[in-house]
Amino acid sequence: MGELRYEAPDTIEAAVKLLARANGAARVLAGGTDVIVQMETDLIEPELLVDIKKIPQLREITAERGAYRVGAAVSCMELIEHEGFCRAWPGVIDGVKLIGSIQVKGRATMAGNLCNASPAADSVPALIAAGAQVTIAGPNGVRQAPVEAIPVSPGKTSLAKGEIVTSFLFPARPPRSGDAYLRFTPRTEMDIAVVGAGVNLTLDAGGTCTSARVALGAVAPTVLLVKEAAEALIGTRVGEAALDKLAKAASAACRPIDDKRGTKEYRIKVAGVLAGRAARQALERARQS
Amino acid sequence: MTNILEESGFDPNRKLRIVGTSPVKPDGRDKVTGRAKFGADLALPGMLVGKVLRSPHPHAIIKFIDTSRAQALPGVMAVVTRDDFPEIPPGTGEGDLTRNVMAREKALYDGHAVAAVAATSESIAKQALKLIRVDYEKLPHVIDAVEAMAPGAPILHEHLRAEGIKGAEDKPTNVVERQEFRMGDVEAGFREADVVIEREFRTCPIHQGYIEPQACVANWTKAGRVELWCCTQAHFGMRDNLASILDIPKEEICITGAEIGGAFGGKTIMYAEPLAIQLSRKAKRPVRIVLNRNEVFRATGPVSGTHSRIKMGVTRSGRFTAAEAEMVYQCGAFTGSMYYNGAQTMFTRYDLKNAKAVAYEVVSNRPKVNAFRAPGVPPVVFGVESVVDELAKAIGMDPLELRLKNAATEGYTTIYGETFGPIGFVETLEAAMKHEHYRAPHSGPNCGRGVAAGFWWNRAGDTSGKLRITADGSVNLLLGTIDIGGSRVSMCMMAAEELGIPLERVSAVIANTDQVSYNRLTAGSRVTFSSGIIVVDCARQAIAELRRRAAAAWNVSEQEVVYEDGTCRLARAGGAAPLSMAELVKRGGPISCSSTLAVTGAGPGFGVHIVDLEVDRETGGVKILRYTVVEDAGKAINRHQVEGQYQSGAAQGVGWALNEEYIYGEDGRLQNPSFLDYRMPVASDLPMIEAVIIEVPNPKHPYGLRGVGEVPVVPTLAAIANAITSAIGVRPYELPMSPPRLLKLIETAGTSKS
Repeated sequence: MGELRYEAPDTIEAAVKLLARANGAARVLAGGTDVIVQMETDLIEPELLVDIKKIPQLREITAERGAYRVGAAVSCMELIEHEGFCRAWPGVIDGVKLIGSIQVKGRATMAGNLCNASPAADSVPALIAAGAQVTIAGPNGVRQAPVEAIPVSPGKTSLAKGEIVTSFLFPARPPRSGDAYLRFTPRTEMDIAVVGAGVNLTLDAGGTCTSARVALGAVAPTVLLVKEAAEALIGTRVGEAALDKLAKAASAACRPIDDKRGTKEYRIKVAGVLAGRAARQALERARQS
Repeated sequence: MTNILEESGFDPNRKLRIVGTSPVKPDGRDKVTGRAKFGADLALPGMLVGKVLRSPHPHAIIKFIDTSRAQALPGVMAVVTRDDFPEIPPGTGEGDLTRNVMAREKALYDGHAVAAVAATSESIAKQALKLIRVDYEKLPHVIDAVEAMAPGAPILHEHLRAEGIKGAEDKPTNVVERQEFRMGDVEAGFREADVVIEREFRTCPIHQGYIEPQACVANWTKAGRVELWCCTQAHFGMRDNLASILDIPKEEICITGAEIGGAFGGKTIMYAEPLAIQLSRKAKRPVRIVLNRNEVFRATGPVSGTHSRIKMGVTRSGRFTAAEAEMVYQCGAFTGSMYYNGAQTMFTRYDLKNAKAVAYEVVSNRPKVNAFRAPGVPPVVFGVESVVDELAKAIGMDPLELRLKNAATEGYTTIYGETFGPIGFVETLEAAMKHEHYRAPHSGPNCGRGVAAGFWWNRAGDTSGKLRITADGSVNLLLGTIDIGGSRVSMCMMAAEELGIPLERVSAVIANTDQVSYNRLTAGSRVTFSSGIIVVDCARQAIAELRRRAAAAWNVSEQEVVYEDGTCRLARAGGAAPLSMAELVKRGGPISCSSTLAVTGAGPGFGVHIVDLEVDRETGGVKILRYTVVEDAGKAINRHQVEGQYQSGAAQGVGWALNEEYIYGEDGRLQNPSFLDYRMPVASDLPMIEAVIIEVPNPKHPYGLRGVGEVPVVPTLAAIANAITSAIGVRPYELPMSPPRLLKLIETAGTSKS
């Protein structure tokens, strides 16, 4: 076991350089609510930790012509306390609010939640439903990718060596849009999703759904974007029949495993139930927006 | 002269100033501000970090352990294995103890300690563990107790022979023992019944869930004495056990109990302490071992899981005619489930004439069980109170009315032979029935209400303590019982009440094992009762001494001196000015009183729980809406502390009922050794739990108290199961009543109806 090196650069370029040049295992340290716990329980033994919290632009939330850019080191509590963002993306906030306790959320970040690549990550289904993009800096420059392109399997991301997520970009919101995220856990909090469902939809002036995105967590190796479930809503007024179709499509898309957090059978059933409930809530929010 | 056990001086009409109020506990401030010294907080000069290597296999012969590479690592000061512990034959109490703290012939569960190191830093210690090579020969394992009883099951202990089973004496077995309790004629009783219901129940082992992992500091001094600071609720018992497994005279071991961050029975036996002592002996430096949560879950005491079959009969008019039970207790790798508690208490509270309870204890490849509030009782009362609920429904009677009709009263002789003195079960049931919660309607299509009752003896036993009056007239108590539930404040209150002085003038510290005589462990709801008697005895001795001194000062007989509110005065008016405690200490020197008694006279406790809840029919999730605990305390010395006991019992029971379970993989390894995946309830899972204190005094105690630590968890499992049954119309027979299980139950019921 080598000595652990800790670096806290103040520019994105310096962080990328450190990670790209690391010989052994290197980790980005944002809030550390996963990394530190994994180190403590000997799941990972990194030789380099690159703390990105000292990079000023990664700590910013900025509005860009109706769109929002959220830096990778913005803590969940900072986001929860941002009134404008909360109004625009209540479903994303639903997910963010479920990440651990208030103390944990004071440290934890959405980018960390995404890059930890757990299929049960609470912010990720809502981020995918929102159609959020990530900006990635790396040795070969900056690139953009949709959130759903980041996790590839439990604990693994598509990021190349030296790449870091620097921010999330949320598109400008059309009127009559709403999103929601719900998860099922046996406990009310301090738990990990057995199933999670994020729904984002937009209505036209007549109340017909013009676009929708549905994402499910903890029912496959990565968070699923379920097109069939979204299609069940598009072109409808999101009535009982459409919701029923949505629930069935959500259940049909699940490819879960039996594990300590839930059974296959149970996850498939509850995914449909939660997708339906999340859609109702998103609908309510779209009507009120 | 009669002693306090023969004549407690209990007076129902006594005017009380302090007992029965709710002052804040004096140790609370330091605890919430982080200044209290818990097990991991003690540091000594030159102290080393100890770490334990644990078996990854549930069942394996340990062929060889090579520690040479670990020992050669710079910074490693000592390594210990089984070779550093005296050989004690297996199958004896001490033989089990030593094998549980350090595996000898075999590793018997995932997490079983196989070696330990002491090093100058935590990272060196961790690195050293990786350098130890253990040569295992893996054996087939068995996790479930019923499977462990089956022919051909892997045998854990070759020496084990089932006691109490005819014809099973010659073959090795996993059954530790069979015990049977009976009274009356069960068969005849069932013949008198109009309705007989027989059901089977399963519960799983749960962890006590204390927040503070075990921690200890051991210092083998140059003089050859062992000093040990640790988290324990049984410092005298641990001293004696350490002496026997380490072959050290008891007198050479001194144990100081740290402030304790939750125990609930789980800190009654030793784990890393003997390892730390042997490491300190070898390294010639103090050694601290702090377990992490993974180790706590894998290697420290769960409570037994049980399988039970329960049969009860009732007449149309609501009289129980007979009850019968057969139970299997899983105890982990070594005996310790206290399975006999369940057999003795499960029906006790009803005035049954005919009853029979048979209990088996079975070993399997899981950590050795440890005590938990009312050890062995809640999982079988889950079955009994579920059957009682079904019987009430079958004869169309209110479930509390049925319990009241059959409630045991003073003079009833139990299945284990005790004849009850004054008890408060009837009063408790009546209070529950009159309570606004029970009378309030509960509505909603998926809402339900459940009730259940429970009993625990409450314990007493050897207890020793001291009381000093200091030069300024303050009083200091030296208590021999570890405070795990807020008992110190109650001791101070009883001393202040007896002496008639303000509570602020009384302080209390917990003695180490050198400072007072032997004390039975803090368990069984015995401490406020037993140590309370010691405190009152000491206070009365102190008053007698103060009066003697005043009488001598005034040259009168003691009968002419009245002690009142911290001063002595002459009984007749006029004459000398009163003398304060401080003045009397000045006159005759320090006053110190002690009391050491084999305390008896604990009063049985009874409780009734009422719970309302809602079931989500689409997910199987349960939300507790309202919870009321009604229980007889005898006398609440500190009402807040008693309420806390009631509420915490219900809270822990909710976790046990709904979500807590150990999940083992096919490989016999524990898959959820963390609070994230071992789902204890969090604050937001619970409503405010209402605590209703009933006071039917126990005259054997000077203030009439019984004990309140165990009863509050006993009825919870059944109360919740009964409420779920009322909400969804189908009964769960298995714990935990987790969302997947309930959803399946709801769907099965739906299918069978359609």
